[in-house]
Amino acid sequence: MTDGNPNIPAIGVVAFVAALGGTDIIAQELNYTQIERGRYLATAGNCVACHTDIENDGIPFAGGRGLETPFGIIYSQNLTPDDETGIGHWTRDDFYRAMNEGVDRHGEHLYPAFPYVYFTIVTREDVDAIYEYLRTLEPVQSVVPENELPFPLDVRQSLLGWKTLFFEEAEFVPDPDQSEVWNRGRYLVDGLGHCGACHTGKNALGGDQEDEYLRGGTLENWYAPNIRGGLNGGISHWEIEDIVDFLGVGRARHTAPMQRMGEVVGLSTQYLTEGDLEAIAVYLKSLDDRAPEVPDPVDEDRYQAGKAIYFDNCAACHAADGSGVPYIFAPLDGSNKVTAEDPSTMLRVILGGAKAEPTDLAPGPLAMPPFAWKLTDEQIADLASYMRQAWSNSAGAISPDAVADMRAYLEEHR
Amino acid sequence: MVTRLESVDVVLVGFGWTGAIMAEKLTDAGLEVLAIERGPWRDTPTHFPTTFAQDELRYYWRHGMFQETAQDTLTFRNNRSQTALPMRRWGSFLPGNGVGGGGVHWNGQTFRFLPSDFVARSHNEERYGPLLEDMTVQDYGVTYDELEPHFDYFEKICGISGQAGNVRGEFIEGGNPFEGERSDHYPNPPLRMTFSQDRFAEASRQLGLHPFPGPAANMSRAYVNPLGVHLAPCTYCGFCEKFGCGNYSKSAPQTTIIPVLMRRNNFRLKTNAEVLTVQQTPDQSMASGVTYLDANGEEYFQPADIVVLCAYPLSNTRLMLLSGIGEPYDPETGHGVVGKNYCYQVMSGVDIFFEDEYTNEFVGAGALGMIVDEYNGDNFDHTGLGFIGGAYIGCWTTHARPIESHPVPEGVPSWGSEWKKAVRENFLKHTSLSVHGASMAHRTNYLDLDPTYTDRLGRPLMRMTYDFTLNDRRLTQHITPIAEEIARGMGGREITVNHRRGSYDSMPYQTTHNTGGTIMGSTPVDSVVNRYCQSWDLPNLFITGAGLFPQNAGYNPTGTVAALAYWSAEAIVNQYLRTEGPLVQA
Repeated sequence: MTDGNPNIPAIGVVAFVAALGGTDIIAQELNYTQIERGRYLATAGNCVACHTDIENDGIPFAGGRGLETPFGIIYSQNLTPDDETGIGHWTRDDFYRAMNEGVDRHGEHLYPAFPYVYFTIVTREDVDAIYEYLRTLEPVQSVVPENELPFPLDVRQSLLGWKTLFFEEAEFVPDPDQSEVWNRGRYLVDGLGHCGACHTGKNALGGDQEDEYLRGGTLENWYAPNIRGGLNGGISHWEIEDIVDFLGVGRARHTAPMQRMGEVVGLSTQYLTEGDLEAIAVYLKSLDDRAPEVPDPVDEDRYQAGKAIYFDNCAACHAADGSGVPYIFAPLDGSNKVTAEDPSTMLRVILGGAKAEPTDLAPGPLAMPPFAWKLTDEQIADLASYMRQAWSNSAGAISPDAVADMRAYLEEHR
Repeated sequence: MVTRLESVDVVLVGFGWTGAIMAEKLTDAGLEVLAIERGPWRDTPTHFPTTFAQDELRYYWRHGMFQETAQDTLTFRNNRSQTALPMRRWGSFLPGNGVGGGGVHWNGQTFRFLPSDFVARSHNEERYGPLLEDMTVQDYGVTYDELEPHFDYFEKICGISGQAGNVRGEFIEGGNPFEGERSDHYPNPPLRMTFSQDRFAEASRQLGLHPFPGPAANMSRAYVNPLGVHLAPCTYCGFCEKFGCGNYSKSAPQTTIIPVLMRRNNFRLKTNAEVLTVQQTPDQSMASGVTYLDANGEEYFQPADIVVLCAYPLSNTRLMLLSGIGEPYDPETGHGVVGKNYCYQVMSGVDIFFEDEYTNEFVGAGALGMIVDEYNGDNFDHTGLGFIGGAYIGCWTTHARPIESHPVPEGVPSWGSEWKKAVRENFLKHTSLSVHGASMAHRTNYLDLDPTYTDRLGRPLMRMTYDFTLNDRRLTQHITPIAEEIARGMGGREITVNHRRGSYDSMPYQTTHNTGGTIMGSTPVDSVVNRYCQSWDLPNLFITGAGLFPQNAGYNPTGTVAALAYWSAEAIVNQYLRTEGPLVQA
């Protein structure tokens, strides 16, 4: 084979599982439907993405992927039912406690890189189904590396304080004033989908800021854009079917999922039912947002220079008027990444390029080429500033320093 | 030391258009397929993104996409009285290399041959009597009607932009009135024409001709093909032939089929691996697999139940000769078949220079053009003309790339300040017509192994013996003046007619349409493969590509190459897998 393909191969189901945890009544849940449901929910939670060492072609669910957090690198757990290194000895109660309370089988606190802050609302019934599914995996002996955290964060007890501040054990409570579809959407977005893990702004300690809910967040120097779909929201101009296309097909009129979100669509959302995707869309579309601040106008010289650079380098695909080619080349007029307060993603894509995730329904290899070798910091600042105020866009100018910082980061993380 | 690998269902030799087509159809049928490609992996975002796809120095001048003669080349002579010499730098044609093959760097001119082209001998003899002496023209053994669904499918895979002329017997104004009956329209409307095409169409109509848009594998709009792959609208940047398309606007295996294949678990690809031979079972009744060399010089034997040759025609023929499969063709006796009926394309043209009007040919696309087909195939009465076949006359605006293209009128010196001045004055005011002539098979044009020159591994190079034939000369003499007449009607200041005279010259670029050598036909006496492209000698060996053409028609070959590959793939899946024997009894 040639290029590394991050696809996770299909997982064989082991028919007989030796060590079943606990003494609960299990007969009924062990049927096909329950496991299928568990597989589906595990897909909705995209467990496989973090619990597989994707960068090194690791075995699915065998853990060991290093997750870069602002505090250090945390390695994911082996989720296969291996007694020694996996969750072979975990009971369903153990597993539910991990999802619901953020503690492991021995009562130790788990790092919130495992997003139990969101999973806590997932119903017991759903968590059990996921557990049953995970039990069907072939046990893999896989010792994951030690976390790379500075003292005192390497002491799990230190998490107690964090959890006291930012975590509340909860169960999902449907809003009776909203439709069933809306409630299903919220359950998926806030629970297994854990959308807020990227799309909600974090405080200095990595906790969700409540007033930044789904207004966009920065993670690993990617800016995950504002995905509120109501008035003033980052995707207010997307229709329900656009959101369904984006998550289900992997191509929408406005953009295609790339990089981290590409992984989410490639491994998770493309396999969700249309009903669930619609529910997610309905919920997102209900979220209004604050009116944006009016930015200072971009300096005229910079604007004109940026316009010329845009025309020479970008217009062939994204069109002179920023309208792009729907479903193929992202329209930049109205893009929530172009106009984001944090320009990280835009700068990163211009400098380093990005590939759209190939999916079952859209297997094409679309990508944005990198321009780091072709444009200077000054030129990219001109270009970015132009795009942020061209057409109907309205966002502040970008400084060459911001470009230089991102360039340095990318060179370091090549 | 040859390492023996685990057997696969199908091994494909070469991974360009036909390799991708075969792989897609055969993996779809559940077979485990391995493609072995001599060149490197190549994909749009990595290898020819918009930021450097249009690097003329790299791709045009330094041949960035092509087979390197240091790895493999051929020797050439015009006739058997000469000693062939190796081609050390490509000229008249440019064989591809790497994943996607020539499909990466083609123009995208995607015609269907005419129904009469597939029955060239029987049709012409019936109408005009015996052919000229020593013409070894023959019928394909497969008909246009049988290939029609496959032409149609390939057009949909590629998203061809064009205007149909005959859909299910209904003639449509603006299309080609001579084309074979189609089951459907083109999936996309024609490209937008420029000044030059408008003038050409007008001048053609004045002469009573029926101009139509050239069928283009350049997208006139955004398109999703039947496999779910997205193609983007063409930007008319004028960098198609010799270049990969960074805009996903030109159909190539990369933009249509390969992305789907790479997601299939029963498909594998080995790159930078050169197949050396097709091996046979001890009783020589079947192919047993192929040997190949990897980049480290390690040799492997890859057993397979089915072997399909999907390399360039010249390479397929050489591989057959080196493997000792089939009887090599002997021009003296006319016996033997491998290497027989090598054909090419008889190209001529007219340059037109305007005085005040701008053609702006830099706004171009590989298959942006208007065509007239009145003088192609047997669309006109050849009685008394002394030749068969014909040519389309087209006004293509493919490009005006500054290093490659600086046409000047006759009489201008070829360098110096006068030349520069003329380039400056004419660069934006020039267009040209091309006469795309058929090439008919002749007893003395053929391919065999060179007795003197060898490749880096010590194996004989292939030798090409080729010259234009009497049929070719009469054809081009008859049709080029018609192009000249059209050109005169286009309102330019002056024209230059570029006749095709004298012997074939292997240096100036003409076209990469090398055909024959592994031809198809109705009996093992006159062909290498049967009508399903299955070897007469080894029933589990199939061959694709323009090497199958018994003679070349007055069109670009890719549409017909692809249709034959789909036709053959269908025969493998629906017939061969059941019988595992010859699909036609010899």
